[in-house]
Amino acid sequence: MEKFSVHTGRMVPLRRSDVDTDQIIPAVWLKQVSRTGFAKGLFAAWRANDPSFVLNRPEYEGASILVAGPDFGTGSSREHAVWALQDHGFRVVLSSRFGDIFRGNSLKAGLLTVVVPEDVIESLWERSEQDPAAELTVDLEARELRFGGTTVGFELDDFTRWRLLNGLDDIGLTLTRTDEIDAYEAHRPAFLPTTLPAR
Amino acid sequence: MAGTLAEKLWESHVVRRAGDEPDLLYIDLHLVHEVTSPQAFDGLRMAGRSVRRPDLTIATEDHNVPTVGIELPIADRVSATQVETLRRNCAEFGVRLHPMGDREQGIVHVIGPQLGLTQPGLTIVCGDSHTSTHGAFGALAFGIGTSEVEHVLATQTLPLRPLRTMAVTVDGQLPPGVTAKDVILALIAKIGTGGGQGHMVEYRGSAIEALSMEARMTICNMTIEAGARAGMVAPDETTFAYLKGRPHAPQDADWDAALAHWRTLRSEPDATFDREVVLDAATLTPFVTWGTNPGQGVALSGRVPDPATMADPNQRSAAESALAYMDLRAGTPMREIAVDTVFLGSCTNGRIEDLRAAAEVLAGRKVADGVRMLVVPGSMRVKEQAELEGLHEVFLAAGAEWRSAGCSMCLGMNPDQLAPGERSASTSNRNFEGRQGKGGRTHLVSPPVAAATAVTGRLAAPADL
Repeated sequence: MEKFSVHTGRMVPLRRSDVDTDQIIPAVWLKQVSRTGFAKGLFAAWRANDPSFVLNRPEYEGASILVAGPDFGTGSSREHAVWALQDHGFRVVLSSRFGDIFRGNSLKAGLLTVVVPEDVIESLWERSEQDPAAELTVDLEARELRFGGTTVGFELDDFTRWRLLNGLDDIGLTLTRTDEIDAYEAHRPAFLPTTLPAR
Repeated sequence: MAGTLAEKLWESHVVRRAGDEPDLLYIDLHLVHEVTSPQAFDGLRMAGRSVRRPDLTIATEDHNVPTVGIELPIADRVSATQVETLRRNCAEFGVRLHPMGDREQGIVHVIGPQLGLTQPGLTIVCGDSHTSTHGAFGALAFGIGTSEVEHVLATQTLPLRPLRTMAVTVDGQLPPGVTAKDVILALIAKIGTGGGQGHMVEYRGSAIEALSMEARMTICNMTIEAGARAGMVAPDETTFAYLKGRPHAPQDADWDAALAHWRTLRSEPDATFDREVVLDAATLTPFVTWGTNPGQGVALSGRVPDPATMADPNQRSAAESALAYMDLRAGTPMREIAVDTVFLGSCTNGRIEDLRAAAEVLAGRKVADGVRMLVVPGSMRVKEQAELEGLHEVFLAAGAEWRSAGCSMCLGMNPDQLAPGERSASTSNRNFEGRQGKGGRTHLVSPPVAAATAVTGRLAAPADL
């Protein structure tokens, strides 16, 4: 996983609420068995049907921070939604509220999802609409956003921050706890089911 | 103090708790399907890791599989590759698989309970958001992403931050014709698609206690549509009677030990929840959606709402774009909306009781001219049972199509899709734009409403026939 410390980039204002993961990447794109190649499926229906859709506008090409309305990433657990955003070049998504599973997936995969109040989202929308070249700095070290002369702090727990700053793989960390997993397993009751063929 | 059922389930699975780390929770059962697993198995292979507990893991093919001609190879080559990849991975890593054509194959959330693997007190995960279904048994069950699938395969654990608790109490008696689907659609409309975010929901109250296991599964299944991670119902005699004698249910002395444990799985009388929501069962009516998220619902007797009357600007603009996508006008009575397709199936409403409820309405009636009705059992066992009861003959005589098991038109990863502009009444769980096929329009309904709608060609309840 790529390390994340400070990122400065341009923004894409996505003025929509309730963007479910079926919109981020429709199911027809989920059939691939690799982790890459999902960029073409990102917002596929909106990009195909609406020429004015923000990602179809040349002034937002190459922008790396998605600024979204509330309840971004609801619905299906498909991590392909995160991969598609990353494949397209997004490093950060901002919203006032995320779907739980999407948020978890993003932070596992190294896409930084930041919760900020709606009024901050609104001012970033206005800023990036007035000037698509305007930049935003996302500083994970300091846990703050910086734009113009403004600084806005955000919350992220110490553990997740540390993991992202160091680009660490969760599985590797857990495998250092194998003794504790063994100890837990030793006390599991005998009546618990297994998937071995039924007696 | 572990006062609520959810907290008891959580606490009893903590492998490690330290400092500001997330809790490391043990996972008792891991369900796997072809769509969200290939990259996880790949990750194991690249790191030279194995599956820690293949004996707590089970796989099936459901999202991609066709529901006709299942004895033939899958025609869609990309789908076929994904299914073949699952077969190779299961063989390589020693995971039990129920492939297409197998007697135990079906939607992952239908086969777990049916095999008796889904039991009270377990932690259950799957790379699918509707894993919340299994909470109906008093289990802590939730959907995960592919990175987490890989984590569970490798370690049989998951690092998780504590979630908040919510009680949804439904007291009273559901009026005739009102189903579990109507309860959950009404709840989501009330609290919104983000209303349960960060929560584990426990459903309680006399109306919930009176529900069958299958109806409880319908409610827990759609808990994710309210944004909550997990939904659950405390196990009771209904739960125990459902489980007794199933292939993987405990037997003999194990049954007694399990039962003693299961009876402790209840929220304490003095337990407090972070949030409480109350619904009065007696006031509920058949409920349908008009928009493009499951919270955009209204009573079948109601009308398409007017976005101009909505105070919240986000809700208003979401409603405006939903009406444009759905090609609906504010003020139209829901009963006047005509459909092209009726879909009966999915992990929400593809079990035997759902099929019985629809067949009861369709018996002696015909699907309206110009309407296509697809009946897709949730599993091959459900199909077998329905055929034993002659339900398939009712569906076929009415002019519906009788299919084999799979996720089918719920998400259209197989050939069962809406064409652009087509409108469905669907017993599935999501009315998102394009969910059932590019440009397709979905109204979520209960099985009896689906059947009545098939007969009239417009959204209808059995009482309208």
